[in-house]
Amino acid sequence: MQSQATYNYKVVRQFAVMTVIWGIVGMLVGVIIAAQLVWPELNVHEWLSYGRLRPLHTNAVIFAFGGCALFATSYFAVQRTSHVPLFAPGLAAFTFWGWQLVIVLAAVSLPLGMTQGKEYAELEWPIDILITLVWVSYAVVFFGTIAKRKVSHIYVANWFFGGFILTVAVLHLVNSAAVPVTLFKSYSAYAGVQDAMVQWWYGHNAVGFFLTAGFLGMMYYFVPKQAGRPIYSYRLSVVHFWALVFTYMWAGPHHLHYTALPDWTQSVGMVFSLILLAPSWGGMINGIMTLSGAWHKLRDDPILKFMITSLSFYGMSTFEGPMMSIKTVNALSHYTDWTVGHVHSGALGWVAMISIGSIYYLLPRLFGRPEMHSKKLIEVHFWVATIGVVLYIASMWIAGVMQGLMWRATNPDGTLTYSFVESVKATYPFWTIRLLGGLLFLSGMFIMAYNMFLTMASGKAVDAPVLEPAAAH
Amino acid sequence: MDINDLRSLFTVLAFIAFIGIVWWAYSDRRKKTYDEAAMLPLDDDSQLVPPPPQVTENQKRKSS
Repeated sequence: MQSQATYNYKVVRQFAVMTVIWGIVGMLVGVIIAAQLVWPELNVHEWLSYGRLRPLHTNAVIFAFGGCALFATSYFAVQRTSHVPLFAPGLAAFTFWGWQLVIVLAAVSLPLGMTQGKEYAELEWPIDILITLVWVSYAVVFFGTIAKRKVSHIYVANWFFGGFILTVAVLHLVNSAAVPVTLFKSYSAYAGVQDAMVQWWYGHNAVGFFLTAGFLGMMYYFVPKQAGRPIYSYRLSVVHFWALVFTYMWAGPHHLHYTALPDWTQSVGMVFSLILLAPSWGGMINGIMTLSGAWHKLRDDPILKFMITSLSFYGMSTFEGPMMSIKTVNALSHYTDWTVGHVHSGALGWVAMISIGSIYYLLPRLFGRPEMHSKKLIEVHFWVATIGVVLYIASMWIAGVMQGLMWRATNPDGTLTYSFVESVKATYPFWTIRLLGGLLFLSGMFIMAYNMFLTMASGKAVDAPVLEPAAAH
Repeated sequence: MDINDLRSLFTVLAFIAFIGIVWWAYSDRRKKTYDEAAMLPLDDDSQLVPPPPQVTENQKRKSS
């Protein structure tokens, strides 16, 4: 029998399994720092103090959990929609081991206090160089695979993945430019308000491209697959892509309202953030309406529940975001826990849930099983996670609005009604509810890991044969 | 013409380019291509568990 070429599933398997592992690690750190806010005594050592663990949490969930999910799903989708195995498999393996090394280095250096002090870009310059090498390799593997595709059209999911890879490369290179002083210390190449603007141009596009465009790529591949139906409107998906790319780049200044940044720049950021509502909701509607005429599938398919719920949270947080970018609303919300709630509505509700759904889709296929070990446990995971997110964001909304109102309250003689510490005291109950929500979400990840290991134990690694494109193409 | 006029011009050009993309994406000419493209992820289904190797007619003849 002729030996048939197979898709490169090995690297997809590695990234898929590590998504679940890093998800647990990153969310565990999140639960620890949430507990530290409730019980400050838990700051037992400087290495494990809130200020050191908080960037570890954000880096772990965004780049370790989210990053591995993006690598796994993009490598899977690009091979299958291009009908060719991955280009440069050696380089693909390097992206896996290189990325894991970045994560381990982050987990060591951040608690030790080595940081560039830029949010989501804390890692010191030697790690930044390693990230660049891995990312360029990722781009070579991804675009190389697209270049040798067997179909003429590049499927829309690949456009989103490609846009994400390209933009993140540019963002990382520009924002990480720094002058090294020692091996462990460097200073930003920019100064003052320019540094702040470069940082939030990076920061918001990390949200827009890493945490949105990449996961929209996931949505455009895995929602149609799991639903067994093509995307609701392919035309809308094309417009969605370009609209998102045209607008996201300009939204960053809304992180710097009422700062030294020129007023007109703040207004530009606000206007573009408001415009963003249109492509965001276009994409959300496109994803959800894919189920139009087959809503019954939602009833008994927990994976689809994860995906459609994630799109609902995407819609909610992309409505909330533009609203919070309006200067007058921002005057109330900025620096409060409302922002934290908004971020987690996007990060847990949208990013984590679409990833979890996609990984549940992938795992049986990667390990030669008809389905996950237990469908029931996916259902349990779904409800535990959903209740966790709702508790988290509802408590943070209330806490945030309360903090904002307390901070701005003044007495008739112009003095402040509340001291800062009074607002901290009033927030305790909500921090406790948030901790509970986070704990629920984390326990869902443990259920997922259990389900994953049993699926792996009863199956074995398989690589699907490369399929010829359908005749129509 | 100072640099700010060029910046305004760029914004207007970007907007026109975007309208162009919308017009292009919704033109009737693209419909067939997009209908086919939408099927790309669904046309590639392989079974979860690969089937056992099929014995072809050729092999059957050889073994008999």
